[in-house]
Amino acid sequence: MADLMQFDLVSPERSLASLEVTQVQIPGADGDMTAMANHAPLITTLRPGLLTVSGPQGETKYVVTGGFAQIGAEGTTVLAERAVNAAEITEEVYHDMVRSAHAAHQQAHAANAGDAVDDAAKLLADMVAIGGHIGLTPPNL
Amino acid sequence: MPSLKDLKNRIESVKSTRKITKAMQMVAAAKLRRAQDAAEAGRPYAERFNTVLAGLAASVGGSDSAPRLLSGTGSDQVQLLVVMTSERGLCGGFNSSIVKLARVRVAELRAAGKTVKILTVGKKGREQLKRDYADLFIGHVDLSEVKRLGYANAQDIARDVLARFDAGEFDVATIFFNRFQSVISQIPTAQQIIPAAFDQTGEAAADTTLFDYEPDEEAILADLLPRGVATQIFSALLENAASEQGARMSAMDNATRNAGDMIDKLTIQYNRSRQAVITNELIEIISGAEAL
Repeated sequence: MADLMQFDLVSPERSLASLEVTQVQIPGADGDMTAMANHAPLITTLRPGLLTVSGPQGETKYVVTGGFAQIGAEGTTVLAERAVNAAEITEEVYHDMVRSAHAAHQQAHAANAGDAVDDAAKLLADMVAIGGHIGLTPPNL
Repeated sequence: MPSLKDLKNRIESVKSTRKITKAMQMVAAAKLRRAQDAAEAGRPYAERFNTVLAGLAASVGGSDSAPRLLSGTGSDQVQLLVVMTSERGLCGGFNSSIVKLARVRVAELRAAGKTVKILTVGKKGREQLKRDYADLFIGHVDLSEVKRLGYANAQDIARDVLARFDAGEFDVATIFFNRFQSVISQIPTAQQIIPAAFDQTGEAAADTTLFDYEPDEEAILADLLPRGVATQIFSALLENAASEQGARMSAMDNATRNAGDMIDKLTIQYNRSRQAVITNELIEIISGAEAL
Protein backbone atom coordinates (compact mmCIF):
# COMPACT_ATOMS: atom_id res chain seq x y z
CA MET A 1 0.00 0.00 0.00
CA ALA A 2 1.51 3.25 -1.10
CA ASP A 3 1.69 6.22 1.23
CA LEU A 4 -1.15 8.67 1.22
CA MET A 5 -0.87 12.39 0.69
CA GLN A 6 -3.27 15.29 1.02
CA PHE A 7 -4.78 16.45 -2.27
CA ASP A 8 -6.77 19.67 -2.83
CA LEU A 9 -8.44 20.77 -6.02
CA VAL A 10 -9.53 24.39 -5.85
CA SER A 11 -11.26 26.54 -8.43
CA PRO A 12 -11.91 30.28 -7.98
CA GLU A 13 -15.56 29.64 -7.21
CA ARG A 14 -15.27 26.72 -4.83
CA SER A 15 -13.13 23.92 -3.52
CA LEU A 16 -13.87 20.75 -5.49
CA ALA A 17 -11.96 18.12 -3.66
CA SER A 18 -9.92 17.72 -0.51
CA LEU A 19 -8.96 14.16 0.38
CA GLU A 20 -6.18 11.67 0.95
CA VAL A 21 -4.91 10.06 -2.22
CA THR A 22 -2.12 7.79 -3.36
CA GLN A 23 -1.31 9.53 -6.62
CA VAL A 24 -2.36 12.38 -8.87
CA GLN A 25 -1.71 12.58 -12.57
CA ILE A 26 -1.31 16.22 -13.57
CA PRO A 27 -1.43 17.66 -17.08
CA GLY A 28 1.60 19.92 -16.71
CA ALA A 29 2.54 22.56 -19.26
CA ASP A 30 5.64 20.56 -20.20
CA GLY A 31 3.93 17.18 -20.16
CA ASP A 32 1.93 14.92 -17.90
CA MET A 33 3.40 14.03 -14.54
CA THR A 34 2.36 11.88 -11.64
CA ALA A 35 2.75 13.09 -8.10
CA MET A 36 2.88 10.70 -5.18
CA ALA A 37 3.63 11.17 -1.51
CA ASN A 38 7.06 12.69 -0.75
CA HIS A 39 7.44 14.10 -4.24
CA ALA A 40 10.07 16.82 -4.49
CA PRO A 41 8.56 20.32 -4.06
CA LEU A 42 7.49 21.55 -7.48
CA ILE A 43 5.29 24.16 -9.06
CA THR A 44 4.06 23.73 -12.60
CA THR A 45 1.52 25.48 -14.75
CA LEU A 46 -1.29 23.46 -16.25
CA ARG A 47 -2.35 22.96 -19.80
CA PRO A 48 -6.00 22.06 -20.44
CA GLY A 49 -6.29 18.36 -19.84
CA LEU A 50 -7.39 15.54 -17.68
CA LEU A 51 -6.44 15.38 -14.02
CA THR A 52 -6.61 11.84 -12.64
CA VAL A 53 -6.82 11.32 -8.91
CA SER A 54 -6.31 7.82 -7.52
CA GLY A 55 -6.88 6.97 -3.91
CA PRO A 56 -8.44 4.44 -1.58
CA GLN A 57 -11.87 5.65 -2.73
CA GLY A 58 -11.09 4.81 -6.33
CA GLU A 59 -10.25 6.95 -9.30
CA THR A 60 -11.72 10.32 -10.17
CA LYS A 61 -11.06 12.33 -13.30
CA TYR A 62 -11.40 16.07 -13.66
CA VAL A 63 -11.20 18.25 -16.72
CA VAL A 64 -9.08 21.26 -15.80
CA THR A 65 -8.09 24.36 -17.76
CA GLY A 66 -5.55 26.99 -16.79
CA GLY A 67 -3.91 27.44 -13.44
CA PHE A 68 -1.10 25.64 -11.68
CA ALA A 69 -0.24 22.75 -9.40
CA GLN A 70 1.83 23.02 -6.29
CA ILE A 71 3.44 19.84 -4.99
CA GLY A 72 4.92 20.16 -1.54
CA ALA A 73 5.82 18.17 1.51
CA GLU A 74 2.33 18.52 2.95
CA GLY A 75 0.58 17.39 -0.22
CA THR A 76 -0.54 18.46 -3.65
CA THR A 77 -2.69 21.45 -4.43
CA VAL A 78 -4.13 22.10 -7.87
CA LEU A 79 -5.53 25.55 -8.53
CA ALA A 80 -7.46 25.44 -11.77
CA GLU A 81 -9.33 28.33 -13.33
CA ARG A 82 -11.96 25.90 -14.42
CA ALA A 83 -12.37 22.38 -13.15
CA VAL A 84 -15.22 19.98 -13.82
CA ASN A 85 -15.64 16.38 -12.78
CA ALA A 86 -15.23 14.38 -15.99
CA ALA A 87 -18.23 12.23 -15.11
CA GLU A 88 -20.43 15.32 -14.89
CA ILE A 89 -19.26 16.97 -18.05
CA THR A 90 -21.86 16.97 -20.78
CA GLU A 91 -21.41 17.31 -24.48
CA GLU A 92 -22.85 20.80 -24.25
CA VAL A 93 -20.31 21.99 -21.67
CA TYR A 94 -17.46 20.42 -23.60
CA HIS A 95 -18.56 21.94 -26.89
CA ASP A 96 -18.84 25.27 -25.18
CA MET A 97 -15.23 24.99 -23.99
CA VAL A 98 -13.94 23.97 -27.42
CA ARG A 99 -15.86 26.74 -29.11
CA SER A 100 -14.48 29.42 -26.80
CA ALA A 101 -10.96 28.10 -27.44
CA HIS A 102 -11.70 28.16 -31.14
CA ALA A 103 -12.99 31.73 -30.94
CA ALA A 104 -9.87 32.80 -29.05
CA HIS A 105 -7.75 31.16 -31.74
CA GLN A 106 -9.55 32.97 -34.54
CA GLN A 107 -9.30 36.24 -32.68
CA ALA A 108 -5.56 35.82 -32.19
CA HIS A 109 -5.25 34.83 -35.81
CA ALA A 110 -7.13 37.88 -36.98
CA ALA A 111 -5.01 40.15 -34.80
CA ASN A 112 -1.89 38.37 -36.08
CA ALA A 113 -0.54 38.41 -32.56
CA GLY A 114 2.50 36.17 -33.09
CA ASP A 115 3.02 34.01 -30.01
CA ALA A 116 -0.60 34.38 -29.01
CA VAL A 117 -1.67 32.55 -32.18
CA ASP A 118 0.51 29.56 -31.29
CA ASP A 119 -0.72 29.60 -27.71
CA ALA A 120 -4.33 29.69 -28.82
CA ALA A 121 -3.76 26.93 -31.37
CA LYS A 122 -2.18 24.78 -28.66
CA LEU A 123 -5.08 25.49 -26.35
CA LEU A 124 -7.53 24.45 -29.04
CA ALA A 125 -5.61 21.25 -29.75
CA ASP A 126 -5.53 20.46 -26.03
CA MET A 127 -9.25 21.02 -25.83
CA VAL A 128 -9.93 18.72 -28.75
CA ALA A 129 -7.64 16.10 -27.20
CA ILE A 130 -9.62 16.16 -23.94
CA GLY A 131 -12.64 14.97 -25.88
CA GLY A 132 -10.82 11.78 -26.87
CA HIS A 133 -10.11 11.03 -23.19
CA ILE A 134 -13.63 11.46 -21.94
CA GLY A 135 -15.41 9.94 -24.90
CA LEU A 136 -16.95 13.05 -26.41
CA THR A 137 -16.54 14.21 -29.95
CA PRO A 138 -15.59 17.84 -30.50
CA PRO A 139 -18.13 20.00 -32.33
CA ASN A 140 -17.79 20.73 -36.03
CA LEU A 141 -16.15 24.11 -36.27
CA MET B 1 -54.68 69.72 11.72
CA PRO B 2 -55.12 66.77 9.37
CA SER B 3 -58.54 65.17 9.25
CA LEU B 4 -59.21 61.68 10.59
CA LYS B 5 -59.41 60.29 7.08
CA ASP B 6 -56.04 61.79 6.12
CA LEU B 7 -54.42 60.26 9.16
CA LYS B 8 -55.91 56.89 8.43
CA ASN B 9 -54.62 57.01 4.86
CA ARG B 10 -51.15 57.93 6.02
CA ILE B 11 -51.05 55.10 8.52
CA GLU B 12 -52.09 52.69 5.76
CA SER B 13 -49.41 53.94 3.38
CA VAL B 14 -46.66 53.77 6.02
CA LYS B 15 -47.81 50.25 6.83
CA SER B 16 -47.43 49.13 3.24
CA THR B 17 -44.02 50.80 3.07
CA ARG B 18 -43.03 48.84 6.14
CA LYS B 19 -44.16 45.64 4.48
CA ILE B 20 -41.98 46.40 1.48
CA THR B 21 -38.87 47.25 3.48
CA LYS B 22 -39.42 44.17 5.63
CA ALA B 23 -39.62 42.00 2.53
CA MET B 24 -36.50 43.63 1.07
CA GLN B 25 -34.66 43.01 4.31
CA MET B 26 -35.53 39.36 4.22
CA VAL B 27 -34.55 39.02 0.59
CA ALA B 28 -31.24 40.74 1.36
CA ALA B 29 -30.67 38.37 4.28
CA ALA B 30 -31.16 35.34 2.04
CA LYS B 31 -28.92 36.79 -0.66
CA LEU B 32 -26.34 37.77 1.92
CA ARG B 33 -26.03 34.19 3.06
CA ARG B 34 -25.45 33.07 -0.50
CA ALA B 35 -22.98 35.86 -1.21
CA GLN B 36 -21.11 35.10 1.99
CA ASP B 37 -20.89 31.43 1.07
CA ALA B 38 -19.56 32.36 -2.35
CA ALA B 39 -17.00 34.72 -0.84
CA GLU B 40 -15.90 32.05 1.60
CA ALA B 41 -15.68 29.38 -1.10
CA GLY B 42 -13.50 31.66 -3.18
CA ARG B 43 -11.09 32.48 -0.39
CA PRO B 44 -8.86 29.35 -0.45
CA TYR B 45 -8.10 29.83 -4.14
CA ALA B 46 -7.22 33.50 -3.76
CA GLU B 47 -5.09 32.87 -0.69
CA ARG B 48 -3.07 30.05 -2.18
CA PHE B 49 -2.72 31.86 -5.46
CA ASN B 50 -1.34 34.92 -3.72
CA THR B 51 1.04 32.87 -1.60
CA VAL B 52 2.55 31.20 -4.65
CA LEU B 53 2.65 34.44 -6.62
CA ALA B 54 4.30 36.26 -3.73
CA GLY B 55 6.94 33.54 -3.48
CA LEU B 56 7.62 33.71 -7.19
CA ALA B 57 7.65 37.47 -7.20
CA ALA B 58 10.14 37.54 -4.36
CA SER B 59 12.57 35.29 -6.22
CA VAL B 60 12.20 36.83 -9.68
CA GLY B 61 11.21 40.39 -8.78
CA GLY B 62 14.70 41.82 -8.62
CA SER B 63 15.81 40.78 -12.08
CA ASP B 64 15.55 43.00 -15.13
CA SER B 65 13.53 40.44 -17.03
CA ALA B 66 10.66 40.58 -14.54
CA PRO B 67 7.32 40.98 -16.31
CA ARG B 68 5.92 44.47 -16.52
CA LEU B 69 2.83 43.41 -14.60
CA LEU B 70 5.12 42.91 -11.62
CA SER B 71 7.77 45.57 -11.99
CA GLY B 72 5.48 48.24 -13.44
CA THR B 73 6.21 50.52 -16.34
CA GLY B 74 8.73 52.51 -14.35
CA SER B 75 6.33 55.39 -14.00
CA ASP B 76 3.19 56.18 -12.05
CA GLN B 77 2.02 59.07 -14.16
CA VAL B 78 -1.24 57.62 -15.44
CA GLN B 79 -3.44 56.04 -12.80
CA LEU B 80 -6.42 53.84 -13.48
CA LEU B 81 -9.07 53.60 -10.79
CA VAL B 82 -11.44 50.66 -11.07
CA VAL B 83 -14.43 51.62 -8.95
CA MET B 84 -16.74 48.76 -8.06
CA THR B 85 -20.21 49.59 -6.83
CA SER B 86 -23.63 47.99 -6.92
CA GLU B 87 -26.21 47.87 -9.68
CA ARG B 88 -29.08 48.73 -7.37
CA GLY B 89 -29.67 51.36 -4.77
CA LEU B 90 -31.42 51.22 -1.39
CA CYS B 91 -28.38 49.87 0.34
CA GLY B 92 -27.52 52.65 2.77
CA GLY B 93 -24.07 54.16 2.52
CA PHE B 94 -22.64 51.29 0.52
CA ASN B 95 -22.08 53.12 -2.75
CA SER B 96 -21.35 56.55 -1.32
CA SER B 97 -18.58 55.21 0.89
CA ILE B 98 -16.75 53.72 -2.09
CA VAL B 99 -17.34 56.81 -4.19
CA LYS B 100 -16.10 59.00 -1.35
CA LEU B 101 -12.87 57.02 -1.10
CA ALA B 102 -12.41 57.20 -4.87
CA ARG B 103 -13.04 60.97 -4.82
CA VAL B 104 -10.41 61.52 -2.16
CA ARG B 105 -7.95 59.47 -4.23
CA VAL B 106 -8.71 61.39 -7.41
CA ALA B 107 -8.20 64.68 -5.62
CA GLU B 108 -4.88 63.48 -4.17
CA LEU B 109 -3.61 62.20 -7.50
CA ARG B 110 -4.64 65.33 -9.31
CA ALA B 111 -2.95 67.49 -6.72
CA ALA B 112 0.21 65.46 -7.34
CA GLY B 113 -0.08 66.21 -11.05
CA LYS B 114 -1.01 62.70 -12.17
CA THR B 115 -3.41 61.76 -14.90
CA VAL B 116 -6.43 59.85 -13.66
CA LYS B 117 -8.63 57.47 -15.60
CA ILE B 118 -11.71 55.79 -14.20
CA LEU B 119 -13.28 52.47 -15.07
CA THR B 120 -16.56 51.81 -13.31
CA VAL B 121 -18.16 48.50 -12.49
CA GLY B 122 -21.79 48.83 -11.44
CA LYS B 123 -24.31 51.49 -12.32
CA LYS B 124 -24.59 53.35 -9.03
CA GLY B 125 -20.98 54.43 -8.75
CA ARG B 126 -21.04 55.57 -12.33
CA GLU B 127 -24.01 57.82 -11.67
CA GLN B 128 -22.40 59.38 -8.63
CA LEU B 129 -18.99 59.95 -10.21
CA LYS B 130 -20.39 61.17 -13.49
CA ARG B 131 -21.25 64.56 -12.06
CA ASP B 132 -17.65 65.49 -11.32
CA TYR B 133 -15.46 63.24 -13.41
CA ALA B 134 -17.36 62.41 -16.60
CA ASP B 135 -14.30 63.40 -18.65
CA LEU B 136 -12.10 60.84 -16.85
CA PHE B 137 -14.25 57.82 -17.69
CA ILE B 138 -12.69 55.34 -20.04
CA GLY B 139 -15.13 52.50 -19.66
CA HIS B 140 -17.95 50.87 -17.79
CA VAL B 141 -18.74 47.26 -16.99
CA ASP B 142 -22.40 46.45 -16.68
CA LEU B 143 -23.24 43.56 -14.38
CA SER B 144 -26.97 44.23 -14.08
CA GLU B 145 -27.80 41.19 -16.20
CA VAL B 146 -25.64 38.91 -14.09
CA LYS B 147 -27.64 36.75 -11.69
CA ARG B 148 -24.75 34.90 -10.12
CA LEU B 149 -21.26 36.30 -10.13
CA GLY B 150 -18.90 33.87 -11.78
CA TYR B 151 -15.19 33.83 -12.33
CA ALA B 152 -15.95 34.52 -16.01
CA ASN B 153 -17.21 38.00 -15.06
CA ALA B 154 -13.94 38.75 -13.31
CA GLN B 155 -12.00 37.39 -16.28
CA ASP B 156 -13.84 39.74 -18.62
CA ILE B 157 -12.97 42.75 -16.50
CA ALA B 158 -9.39 41.57 -16.11
CA ARG B 159 -9.05 41.08 -19.86
CA ASP B 160 -10.28 44.61 -20.45
CA VAL B 161 -7.88 46.05 -17.87
CA LEU B 162 -4.92 44.00 -19.15
CA ALA B 163 -5.57 44.97 -22.76
CA ARG B 164 -5.50 48.61 -21.74
CA PHE B 165 -2.30 48.03 -19.79
CA ASP B 166 -0.64 46.33 -22.77
CA ALA B 167 -1.74 49.22 -24.94
CA GLY B 168 0.06 51.54 -22.54
CA GLU B 169 -3.06 53.38 -21.44
CA PHE B 170 -2.05 53.49 -17.79
CA ASP B 171 0.82 52.71 -15.41
CA VAL B 172 -0.87 51.85 -12.14
CA ALA B 173 -4.27 50.29 -11.51
CA THR B 174 -6.15 50.33 -8.23
CA ILE B 175 -9.47 48.70 -7.45
CA PHE B 176 -12.01 50.20 -5.07
CA PHE B 177 -14.49 47.98 -3.31
CA ASN B 178 -16.10 47.32 0.05
CA ARG B 179 -14.49 44.62 2.13
CA PHE B 180 -17.10 42.65 4.03
CA GLN B 181 -16.56 42.84 7.77
CA SER B 182 -20.01 42.11 9.14
CA VAL B 183 -23.61 42.97 8.39
CA ILE B 184 -23.24 46.38 9.95
CA SER B 185 -19.69 47.14 8.90
CA GLN B 186 -18.20 47.21 5.43
CA ILE B 187 -14.82 48.76 4.90
CA PRO B 188 -14.20 50.71 1.71
CA THR B 189 -10.85 49.48 0.44
CA ALA B 190 -8.40 50.54 -2.24
CA GLN B 191 -6.12 47.80 -3.53
CA GLN B 192 -3.38 48.14 -6.09
CA ILE B 193 -3.52 45.35 -8.68
CA ILE B 194 -1.05 46.54 -11.33
CA PRO B 195 1.85 46.41 -10.77
CA ALA B 196 1.18 43.51 -8.46
CA ALA B 197 1.70 44.29 -4.80
CA PHE B 198 2.08 41.61 -2.16
CA ASP B 199 1.90 41.83 1.57
CA GLN B 200 4.95 40.77 3.53
CA THR B 201 3.32 37.83 5.28
CA GLY B 202 2.77 36.03 1.99
CA GLU B 203 6.42 36.27 1.07
CA ALA B 204 7.63 35.02 4.42
CA ALA B 205 5.38 31.97 4.23
CA ALA B 206 6.44 31.08 0.70
CA ASP B 207 10.13 31.36 1.36
CA THR B 208 10.29 28.34 3.63
CA THR B 209 10.21 25.71 0.87
CA LEU B 210 12.37 25.66 -2.20
CA PHE B 211 10.31 24.63 -5.17
CA ASP B 212 11.34 23.31 -8.53
CA TYR B 213 9.61 25.15 -11.32
CA GLU B 214 8.34 23.69 -14.52
CA PRO B 215 8.70 25.42 -16.98
CA ASP B 216 11.03 28.04 -15.44
CA GLU B 217 10.11 30.66 -12.87
CA GLU B 218 9.78 33.52 -15.34
CA ALA B 219 7.45 31.59 -17.62
CA ILE B 220 5.25 30.58 -14.72
CA LEU B 221 5.20 34.11 -13.41
CA ALA B 222 4.28 35.48 -16.83
CA ASP B 223 1.46 32.95 -17.02
CA LEU B 224 0.18 33.51 -13.50
CA LEU B 225 0.32 37.30 -13.18
CA PRO B 226 -2.60 37.98 -15.55
CA ARG B 227 -4.56 35.26 -13.77
CA GLY B 228 -3.63 36.90 -10.50
CA VAL B 229 -5.28 40.12 -11.68
CA ALA B 230 -8.46 38.20 -12.48
CA THR B 231 -8.31 36.45 -9.11
CA GLN B 232 -7.99 39.71 -7.23
CA ILE B 233 -10.83 41.26 -9.18
CA PHE B 234 -12.95 38.18 -8.55
CA SER B 235 -12.44 38.23 -4.80
CA ALA B 236 -13.13 41.97 -4.77
CA LEU B 237 -16.38 41.37 -6.66
CA LEU B 238 -17.40 38.68 -4.19
CA GLU B 239 -16.56 40.83 -1.17
CA ASN B 240 -18.48 43.65 -2.75
CA ALA B 241 -21.53 41.50 -3.39
CA ALA B 242 -21.60 40.30 0.21
CA SER B 243 -21.10 43.85 1.46
CA GLU B 244 -23.90 45.16 -0.71
CA GLN B 245 -26.39 42.67 0.68
CA GLY B 246 -25.17 43.31 4.20
CA ALA B 247 -25.54 47.06 3.77
CA ARG B 248 -28.96 46.66 2.23
CA MET B 249 -30.06 44.38 5.02
CA SER B 250 -29.13 46.83 7.76
CA ALA B 251 -30.52 49.79 5.79
CA MET B 252 -33.83 48.00 5.34
CA ASP B 253 -33.84 46.93 8.97
CA ASN B 254 -33.53 50.59 9.96
CA ALA B 255 -36.24 51.59 7.51
CA THR B 256 -38.59 48.95 8.90
CA ARG B 257 -37.98 50.15 12.43
CA ASN B 258 -38.49 53.77 11.46
CA ALA B 259 -41.75 52.90 9.75
CA GLY B 260 -42.86 51.13 12.92
CA ASP B 261 -42.08 54.21 15.03
CA MET B 262 -43.93 56.39 12.56
CA ILE B 263 -46.99 54.15 12.66
CA ASP B 264 -47.03 54.30 16.46
CA LYS B 265 -46.84 58.11 16.42
CA LEU B 266 -49.51 58.46 13.76
CA THR B 267 -51.79 56.03 15.59
CA ILE B 268 -51.51 58.07 18.80
CA GLN B 269 -52.29 61.23 16.84
CA TYR B 270 -55.22 59.50 15.18
CA ASN B 271 -56.66 58.33 18.50
CA ARG B 272 -56.27 61.78 20.06
CA SER B 273 -58.08 63.53 17.26
CA ARG B 274 -60.82 60.90 17.29
CA GLN B 275 -61.19 61.53 21.03
CA ALA B 276 -61.35 65.26 20.39
CA VAL B 277 -64.09 64.84 17.80
CA ILE B 278 -66.15 62.70 20.19
CA THR B 279 -65.71 65.19 23.03
CA ASN B 280 -66.76 68.00 20.74
CA GLU B 281 -69.89 66.19 19.71
CA LEU B 282 -70.79 65.43 23.33
CA ILE B 283 -70.37 69.10 24.29
CA GLU B 284 -72.65 70.10 21.47
CA ILE B 285 -75.35 67.62 22.51
CA ILE B 286 -75.13 68.60 26.18
CA SER B 287 -75.17 72.31 25.53
CA GLY B 288 -78.06 71.85 23.12
CA ALA B 289 -80.00 69.96 25.82
CA GLU B 290 -79.24 72.61 28.43
CA ALA B 291 -80.46 75.38 26.18
CA LEU B 292 -83.93 73.87 26.05
